[in-house]
Amino acid sequence: MIELALVLTIPLASSVLLALFGHRRGAAELNSAGSLLTLVAAGMLTVRVIGHGPMILFDQQFFVDPLNVFLIALTALVGFTTSLFSRPYMRVEHDHGRLSAARLRLYHSMFQMFMCTMLVALSTNNLGILWVAMEAATLTTVLLVALYRTPASLEAAWKYFILCGVGIAQALFGTILIYFAAERVLGHDGGALLWTHLDAVKTQLEPTVLSLAFVFVIVGYGTKTGLVPLHNWLPDAHAEGPTPVSAVLSGLLLNVALYAIIRCKVLVDGALHTHFAGNLMMAFGLLTVVVPAFYLSRTKDVKRLFGYSSIEHMGLITFAFGMGGPVASFAGLLHMTVHSLTKSAIFFAVGHASQMAGTQIIDDIKGLIKRSPTIGWGLMLGTLAILGMPPFGVFTSEFMILTTAIKHYPWATPILLTALGVAFASMFGKVQGMVFGEPTVKPLSHNPALLPVFVHLGLVLMLGLWIPPYLAEWYRQAAKFIG
Amino acid sequence: MSPSLIHTIPLSGQVINLCAAIMLLLGFAMLSQRRVLTLINLFMLQGLVLFTSTLIVAITTHQNHLLWSAGLTLVLKVIALPYILHRLIRRLSVKWDVDTLLNIPTTMLVGIALVVIAFNVAQPISHLSGTITRATIGIALACVLLAFLMMITRSKAVPQVIAFLAMENGLFFAATSATYGMPMVVELGIALDVMVGMVILGVFFFQIRQQFDSLDIRHMERAKEQ
Repeated sequence: MIELALVLTIPLASSVLLALFGHRRGAAELNSAGSLLTLVAAGMLTVRVIGHGPMILFDQQFFVDPLNVFLIALTALVGFTTSLFSRPYMRVEHDHGRLSAARLRLYHSMFQMFMCTMLVALSTNNLGILWVAMEAATLTTVLLVALYRTPASLEAAWKYFILCGVGIAQALFGTILIYFAAERVLGHDGGALLWTHLDAVKTQLEPTVLSLAFVFVIVGYGTKTGLVPLHNWLPDAHAEGPTPVSAVLSGLLLNVALYAIIRCKVLVDGALHTHFAGNLMMAFGLLTVVVPAFYLSRTKDVKRLFGYSSIEHMGLITFAFGMGGPVASFAGLLHMTVHSLTKSAIFFAVGHASQMAGTQIIDDIKGLIKRSPTIGWGLMLGTLAILGMPPFGVFTSEFMILTTAIKHYPWATPILLTALGVAFASMFGKVQGMVFGEPTVKPLSHNPALLPVFVHLGLVLMLGLWIPPYLAEWYRQAAKFIG
Repeated sequence: MSPSLIHTIPLSGQVINLCAAIMLLLGFAMLSQRRVLTLINLFMLQGLVLFTSTLIVAITTHQNHLLWSAGLTLVLKVIALPYILHRLIRRLSVKWDVDTLLNIPTTMLVGIALVVIAFNVAQPISHLSGTITRATIGIALACVLLAFLMMITRSKAVPQVIAFLAMENGLFFAATSATYGMPMVVELGIALDVMVGMVILGVFFFQIRQQFDSLDIRHMERAKEQ
């Protein structure tokens, strides 16, 4: 109990502290310290759940089960490594005069607040609170995306706010419909929105209402996951915000939004006894894998490039969960993990690369490997990993997804393979140009913190070669429960 | 259900249906309105109607938490948000006409189609609902869709935000009519989000204006192309 309270209050307290002292020296260190404490608390929580099984806490408003505990741990881990990366990154931005001390205070405070909202969204048992936390996550990231106050960043933030605001309003309507269906079974008290209560009576929920609710939920939270055709905000927000924000948006927020969809899918599957929710997710997923693949080759901005890549991977994960079954859900969870780790590592490398070059235009960044071998290799290996090269973990999960697709939905396999092939061709060529060649980039004024890049890639490599037994067991339990 | 309650359903039900009709009418009025100031007043009026209908539902069904919900609507949507919007408009001095991306008669026709769709979608829910307000679920969904339409057909930042808030109104109305409102903690959370969102947007308006010399979103598209 105390562990979960710590996981939720540490980021909140850090956010308040940083709002007061974020402009002083040492704010970045405080940010990292807060994130480290959150990670420790999340680790304790994980140990506790492994030892004692699922828990329902705080007047049943919060709960921890095999599905969300691993996402909580992942969120805390990536949050911590991102805060390590952001320390030198933000110093360089400050030196370049792109950010004032007041903006840095806003940045640090909102970073922690954003972590807090995501952790609340992951651990809450109440579908209404889940919605509130997702909306709060949108609001904090709107501020983060607009941090530079350039015309392009304001435009990106506005687009993000309006699109996700509209999207998430649809999700609220979906939540109201679920509540409506639940109220008929559970009666009118606070319990009718609690996920554990809903799960217990899911077979009695009215199927027509639930299927309608799921359409609204997938459109709503799907906007935040970046599902095509609601993905328009994502490349802009990733390109215009500070790079640490791009890393946590891609690595964490998209997962949290998808988590919300999965939670609702479990209920809808229980009520409908058909594959309706799965089919809808497969359709969205397939579209989301295919469309961005063709944008990749036309993209000139390196952060947009990896933004589109994130959309593609979210599509793949959605498709995997849509297929359902123990193998595909296992693969989906694994892919969520490895995508988070790899994509945030790539953004760390890309952030420093674009600082060295003074631009985000791919054609103007050349010869990274000669000026800074660690950044060059980090970017190269990260790209190979995200493109699904063995022996990295992304290969393992993509292989599992594709083999399941061959078995159950053979028609989808060539579509997926073509999209992945196109993505490979367009991304690999671009990154190769950035990493090799005659250097146009200059060294940085602060030493970059590249340890996180290699820690993440190391973990992804490990997951590709060997999944620790307790982690595999964990995925298996969660997959069984998703169905 | 107590006998006295059955007795009161017709009258209160009628008043609630009237409120719902006014909500829909206001939705259309906002869709067709060209002036920003009038738009804010219409939004305030919509909040007032929402407050009235929530209050009537609360009193007739003895759902005490709905009283809080009604109070929240009154404070937030009838007083606070219109006040903030008025102040913003004054300080930004944008009183001129609103440009629409589609001409207004076309928008109205699309709006009518949306209402028909909303009623069709809401029909199965209305059949299942046991609330005295079940006839209004279709209207609530129609209000949400009309606000959505307004959002995508307006090119300036302020009307887009009013549309966003009107959508929130429609959702609240849907929650009250289908289920007698969400649990209190959720409603408070939603209200908090709306409030914080509004403050952030207020700051945003000034930034956008500084950067683009206008609150027209189309200027942004141009900035991006360069």
